[in-house]
Amino acid sequence: MSMTEEMQVDTSKMKISDEVAIRIEGMNKWYGQFHVLRDIDLTVYRGERIVICGPSGSGKSTLIRCINALEEHQKGKIEVDGTVLSSDLKQIDKIRSEVGMCFQHFNLFPHLTILENCTLAPIWVRKTPKRDAEKTAMHFLEKVKIPDQAHKYPGQLSGGQQQRVAIARSLCMRPRIMLFDEPTSALDPEMIKEVLDTMIELAEEGMTMLCVTHEMGFARQVANRVIFMDQGQIVEQNEPEEFFKNPKSERTKLFLSQILGH
Amino acid sequence: MSDTHAESVAYVRETFVGEQPPPAQETGALIWLRKNLFSNWFYSILTLLALYVIYVLLSGFLPWLLGGVWEASSIRECREIAGEGAAGGCFAVLSERWNQLLFGFSYPSEAYWRPTLALVLLAVAAAPVLFPKVPRALLIVTLIYPFAAYYLIWGGTILIAVMALLGVIVGYIVYSRLVDRGFALGFFAGVAAAIIVWQIGGFITAAAPNVLALTEIQSRDMGGFMLNLILGVVCVSLSLPIGIVLALGRQSSLPIIKWICVVFIEFIRGVPLITLLFVANVVLAYFLPPGTNFDLILRVIIMITMFASAYIAEVIRGGLAALPRGQYEGAESLGLDYAQSMRLIILPQALKISIPGIVNVAVGLFKDTTLVSIISMFDLVGMIRGPILASQDWNGVYWELYGFAAFLFFIVCYGISQYSQWLERQLATDHR
Repeated sequence: MSMTEEMQVDTSKMKISDEVAIRIEGMNKWYGQFHVLRDIDLTVYRGERIVICGPSGSGKSTLIRCINALEEHQKGKIEVDGTVLSSDLKQIDKIRSEVGMCFQHFNLFPHLTILENCTLAPIWVRKTPKRDAEKTAMHFLEKVKIPDQAHKYPGQLSGGQQQRVAIARSLCMRPRIMLFDEPTSALDPEMIKEVLDTMIELAEEGMTMLCVTHEMGFARQVANRVIFMDQGQIVEQNEPEEFFKNPKSERTKLFLSQILGH
Repeated sequence: MSDTHAESVAYVRETFVGEQPPPAQETGALIWLRKNLFSNWFYSILTLLALYVIYVLLSGFLPWLLGGVWEASSIRECREIAGEGAAGGCFAVLSERWNQLLFGFSYPSEAYWRPTLALVLLAVAAAPVLFPKVPRALLIVTLIYPFAAYYLIWGGTILIAVMALLGVIVGYIVYSRLVDRGFALGFFAGVAAAIIVWQIGGFITAAAPNVLALTEIQSRDMGGFMLNLILGVVCVSLSLPIGIVLALGRQSSLPIIKWICVVFIEFIRGVPLITLLFVANVVLAYFLPPGTNFDLILRVIIMITMFASAYIAEVIRGGLAALPRGQYEGAESLGLDYAQSMRLIILPQALKISIPGIVNVAVGLFKDTTLVSIISMFDLVGMIRGPILASQDWNGVYWELYGFAAFLFFIVCYGISQYSQWLERQLATDHR
């Protein structure tokens, strides 16, 4: 895609360790009778940047939403940072506070200012003093390049700015893993780049990232692994270079030809 | 714009048009009149017709209001003073029965200052809840107010109010100590602690009934507009939190809690308020053990509160349903627990959406407090219907009395409505 040329990625700090960040074994999920995720096995090491792609309805969003228990899985095991996901609410809240998540529609809280959006969880979940939380929030707002909007409300910002605030809000909890659920799909083309740049910066600092996205330029440049899903299953995974040049399965070839073909 | 590209189809703008003020408005009274009232012959006729109707209404109403008699001891004296065929109203009934209209006919007149003071304190206590700019320290007044108001209006020893307040405080302390080990444990331990304190307090107040005692006044002696205000304020402020709990309960994933809430809401909404009031008045007495003296006002408050909270629960459920699923997920993904995400994220937004509906219920509830006149309580309407219109002196002064009642209710309800609109503007942060 055209975005590819503009990206300058500094890979010096991107290091993948042997430490397991997420381990998913034999995970299955049903919506009623509908089998959405089938026998998912996936191990994510710390520092990995994984892009998950696939046609709509393939279960890619559901997969990453299972990781922080926004969706319940019925069978199999998910282990995040050494903690096994169970129905224990306290444990779920703990995992959620350590796994950041960005949504397609940002899900900022419209009744709070940008700064309050960013300080809310540190103050109430981490019990950080308000002043410290605000300092951290301003630090991350500067990082996503919108410190001057701190006292505005989300409704006054553009889509790209809102998504960057959402990223900053997650970062304020100092997560060790970030999940992105189609972060650029609801944005105007002009704003996609500013969000991708923010995500690249995160990757450069060594954040463990799982991104559901259709930005293949981003996948090529930033990811160390691309996963292709269809019908609730992982069909193919490979390094981006190989994945795009030599897709193995027919289904992957068809998908790639459709999204890269024009 | 330039002419250099004028012949070609391709076009490049070379100079940008700066920001310009909008065209000047046509102003002036005459232009306004022509635009809004006489823009064509049909509107002109309508305008003239409307003017005529206003004239007819005012020509009847103004002489009645302005030419009224304010000093007289009975309707006959009124007629004598006004003269034969005079249009003026007989407002003397208001000045003569003023205290009865406001306080009822058996509230002791030397104690009128007590409910009046309670009303003034209400303004102080309500201010920090209603207006965000008022200093938070005043919330202490809000906390103490219900007990102070009870002490002022019903009288008795101050120990009753103090012990009741103490029970609430002890209950809250126990709750906040234990809530980390589970909400249910903290809640029930808190309630138990409060009940123990109230029991002990009961012995203490019984032993010392004269500490700073005000003359005790029975509930059956309450009346007039005071009774409407007591019922309205107590029931609205109780039914809002209960309504929130019911609305959240109805959304709960725990089936027992959900069904209790659904059954309660559907049952209460399906029954006319007046039936509930009759139940409070008559039927409850059959179910209570003989000899228990369960205060009538308390019974009525319970019934009206249940009624209003069922309606408010449904209004708030609408607000909850209007929030996008993403707000719940956003809160959850940050690690907020249920109570936090409800209190900080979901309810502030859902309640804001529900303000018009809640105010609708509150205004309706306040006016419905006049229904207690049917179970022979002497609220404002009960006073007018009963003691005043039935008396020899004022039999037949309908317009003035009911007009006055309507006027009082209108002031309060219009105030509530204006406040809610102001609040909505204050909370408009979504810039849609």
